[in-house]
Amino acid sequence: MNTHKFMQDHAPLPMTSPTQPMRMIQGNGVDVGKTIHFTFDGRSYTAHPGDTLASALLANGVRLVGRSFKYHRPRGILSAGPEEPNALVELRTGARREPNTRATVAELFDGLTASSQNRWPTLAFDALGINGALSPVFTAGFYYKTFMWPASFWEKIYEPIIRRAAGLGRAAEEADPDCYEKSNGFCDVLIVGSGPAGLAAALAAATSGARVILCEQDSLPGGRLRAENILIDHQPGWNWAEATINRLRAMPNVRIMTRSCVFARYDGGTYGVFERVSDHLATPQPDQPRQRLWRIVARQCIVATGGIERPIVFPNNDRPGIMLAGAVRTYVNRFGVVPGRRAVVYTNNDDGLRSATDLHAAGVQIVAIVDSRPSSAHAQAIAQRTGAPLFPSARIADTSGYRGVTAALIRDSEGKDCRIACDLIAVSGGWNPDIALTTHHGKRPSYNDEIAAFIPTSDEEDMHVSGVAAGTMTTSGALTEGALAGHQAAACCGFGKASSPPPAVPSVDQDESYGIVPQWHAMDAESGRRAGRAFIDFQNDVTAKDTKLAAQEGFRSVEHLKRYTTLGMATDQGKTANVNGLAFLAEVNGQSIPQTGTTLTRPPTQPVTLGTLAGPHRGLHFKPHRLPPTHQWATEQGAVFTANGLWQRAQWYPRVGETTWQDTVNREVNTVRSAVGFCDVTTLGKIDIQGPDAANFLERVYVNAWQKLPIGRARYGLMLREDGFAFDDGTTARLGENHYVMTTTTANAGPVMQHLEFCHQCLWPDMDVQFISVTDEWAQIAVAGPRSRDVLRQIVDPQYDLSNESFGYMAAATITVCGGQPARLFRLSFSGELAYELAVPAHYGDALARLLMRVGAPYGITPYGTEALGVMRIEKGHPAGPELNGQTTAHDLGMGRMLSTKKDFIGRTMATRAALTDPGRPTLIGLRPLVAGTTLDAGAHLLPKGSPATAAFDQGWISSSAWSPTVGSWIALGFLSNGPARHGEIIAVHNPLADTVTEAEIVSPVFVDPEGKRLHA
Amino acid sequence: MRLNCPHCGERSLEEFTYRGDATLRRPAADASAKSWVDYVYLRDNPAGRHEEYWYHGAGCRAWLVVDRDTTTHRVHSVRAAGSTSENTRLNHEHA
Repeated sequence: MNTHKFMQDHAPLPMTSPTQPMRMIQGNGVDVGKTIHFTFDGRSYTAHPGDTLASALLANGVRLVGRSFKYHRPRGILSAGPEEPNALVELRTGARREPNTRATVAELFDGLTASSQNRWPTLAFDALGINGALSPVFTAGFYYKTFMWPASFWEKIYEPIIRRAAGLGRAAEEADPDCYEKSNGFCDVLIVGSGPAGLAAALAAATSGARVILCEQDSLPGGRLRAENILIDHQPGWNWAEATINRLRAMPNVRIMTRSCVFARYDGGTYGVFERVSDHLATPQPDQPRQRLWRIVARQCIVATGGIERPIVFPNNDRPGIMLAGAVRTYVNRFGVVPGRRAVVYTNNDDGLRSATDLHAAGVQIVAIVDSRPSSAHAQAIAQRTGAPLFPSARIADTSGYRGVTAALIRDSEGKDCRIACDLIAVSGGWNPDIALTTHHGKRPSYNDEIAAFIPTSDEEDMHVSGVAAGTMTTSGALTEGALAGHQAAACCGFGKASSPPPAVPSVDQDESYGIVPQWHAMDAESGRRAGRAFIDFQNDVTAKDTKLAAQEGFRSVEHLKRYTTLGMATDQGKTANVNGLAFLAEVNGQSIPQTGTTLTRPPTQPVTLGTLAGPHRGLHFKPHRLPPTHQWATEQGAVFTANGLWQRAQWYPRVGETTWQDTVNREVNTVRSAVGFCDVTTLGKIDIQGPDAANFLERVYVNAWQKLPIGRARYGLMLREDGFAFDDGTTARLGENHYVMTTTTANAGPVMQHLEFCHQCLWPDMDVQFISVTDEWAQIAVAGPRSRDVLRQIVDPQYDLSNESFGYMAAATITVCGGQPARLFRLSFSGELAYELAVPAHYGDALARLLMRVGAPYGITPYGTEALGVMRIEKGHPAGPELNGQTTAHDLGMGRMLSTKKDFIGRTMATRAALTDPGRPTLIGLRPLVAGTTLDAGAHLLPKGSPATAAFDQGWISSSAWSPTVGSWIALGFLSNGPARHGEIIAVHNPLADTVTEAEIVSPVFVDPEGKRLHA
Repeated sequence: MRLNCPHCGERSLEEFTYRGDATLRRPAADASAKSWVDYVYLRDNPAGRHEEYWYHGAGCRAWLVVDRDTTTHRVHSVRAAGSTSENTRLNHEHA
């Protein structure tokens, strides 16, 4: 170690801030020139820009930050990154309050309000700490064992108690005031991580000309280079990192994304990235999202995610002040904060020894170095330099200190115990490569004995893994590997040649060694019953004992262990716990770690907020909001709207003096039946069909015949699915020799289009026919009622004869209106009255509605909404959505005779199955209550009169019902076994929700004008 | 997931709708009940390469036959379902 350079790198602060007693030196990632303020549990503290909440708390000497999940044990800060299991806090207040935020990644801003969670009444005195005494209750599988009986106690007694006692933070109770965004990115090479491997990779790939995106989850680039004292090209590593980032930033083919976590690797080179755009600000800037979800499509990906350090399991290893050794170095070197004054370093590898060096340089007294390995020259040299007693082949057998560690009980190589006062224990059990992204496609990692960790095995050609993530534990190795990966990835995308040598990498002025000899835990027979709990998973309070118990109870598979003990669950997903848990399970089972296996990770690698996943798709924008052409006009009319699929449609048009919607709907129906009304039916699907084979094609998709439909006529058609059930219905008009226009139901506009394309492209590709959806091109308005012809005569250009003789029922024509404007006119009727549907180019829809109101006024015209439309179609027995529900056949709908026997069509063969034409099937009928005012409810069951209301006697159901002002009674459509043969019978109508049984007469489903005189008028 | 549509180029998953086995052939109207039941209801669930229909509904509306490995999700090829006759005709028109 070059002491001179070390001191340059670690200049003491000019003046130690009295409010931050643990801020000892100049950290490379904070700006001590500026002071900002924050509160934690109501107390004010100061910090500096660049601090995380965790570093700021440590700078202020705050060690106790939370209570554990089950036992409410005092907990501090374990790590310095996203793997943090303990330091979960609530940030902010009011609508922006967010629970379970990791203090180690929460960037501090001036005015931040943070509070601890899962404690009552206060953090220092927590009444539920008694849970610790109840620990036998909370052992492995406690959910399954303890609260088994009686079952009725679960909801009322057990669960509320557990929820209260074992819990995390509170979500905001108000709506989220911030907005969230989604973005797409494309590149040749995506690099995940900006440590030495990632930076070397980015440089190599970018200089070759490839488009590079470099994602760093942290606010600052550099990765571990900010946490370690290491010289690259004779300058501090973090300095080299910043210079490299600046070089990359200047290149037009490089995009650097900080605060951006690549949380998922999906298929086909697609990656999910969670960008914390303004989490580091008190409130987002105007028009700035809080967070952004990126989908990045990359041809090649380099995983340079580094590693996650794991603790060693020993009794009472969870006290505040017991931290990961690498995290301690992060706080010292990056933030200039020492997490304690008297430190014990406990390690099973050389990397952990660095913490002694760095702490010592920052003025911390090293009171002991506990090395689980036999004595080595390296450890002796460091012990000598830091003036620390070295305990080789030793372990920590216990600790003391309730709200923070005050002493370590060290058991030396001969088994002798030595109690040493301390306020910090820096622990390193070795590093686990952060391989989560490499396993998202199901590739299991393999265990590497040399580094005692799992390394990736993926052989996918679009992914490279470099540095610690690949199990390469030195900085120089990471740089070399990263450069090679960047070079090769770019070559895979056609930039440079893979065979040419990769770019040179900078020199590392330090010999790094790792030399891990695993010591997974410090338990022995003596540390059995009397010793304190030894935690494997801090977040879930899973102890060594729980793991052992689970194994003894037969949960020997790693997957079972996880589910039974909850090891590795919750916000940290066991990032610091999983491998220790595995090692412990392996030992209990008497197996090796590879034999024991490991669980795979799924996306996301880190918590992603629901707000980000939802993005802008909430409230009104949750789904597309489609407005018919007359929407603005209808709004001016005071219409009440209803959602019809994605469409907003006018439901009815209230007028002054009408007190209920029923008044309005009755008036609309009566006006149509006696005079004239109009209704926007643009939402019905419209498909333009052209080609010499158009008629042949219609023959094959509809059940009925189409060859003989003349030009200028429309016909009702029914479509089946291939399984023989009804799919959709509507009218199709022939406008020219090879030109048809089909209408579909509103709901099925998309599916019918898809179906036609399937039939054409996949079944009969030789047919010469083409389709295009014209739903949005035409505004279509139904004009219905005895005076509809009179109204249309005011609009349709005079050369078109609208008389019954020349433009009769089911006529269709291309016409002009208003002096030459193109339009289409169809004489169709859903209401059963003399009626037309007039289509004009969509942008004339609004004008048409206003015009109809004006020219129709002398005839008493009214607009009518979907409710009146529905009443009139029920009065006429026309099936709609409730009848075409996917479970009914043509036979059920009373259209069995429409099925042509002279041609093949979709669904023909399956529709002829005996069970689908059985007269015993529920078939369309009409119903009238014996007393006109008795409500009939859709969904009610139909039963033989006098039979018990049980499923055994169920004979059918009501599908649609309405009050009919024309009939002067409630009426309904329904399906009844043998229905058509039972007209006149009185039947019981059972509504199990209201628990009512009423009686109704079975009648024809056509209630109004069964002879069809009106529509032919 | 991405599919390389022969008409539109490489596009993202949400532009497409899955339908299923593209190797099934619609039986003749007078084919046996068994062959119709097979066609309408019975599906294999192969592990490995599989030809399946995808609909490019948010693009060119082409039905595509995607040769995809169900175990690795690797897409081996994408072609238009009606390609034989369709492409022949289009090529003919262009020529």
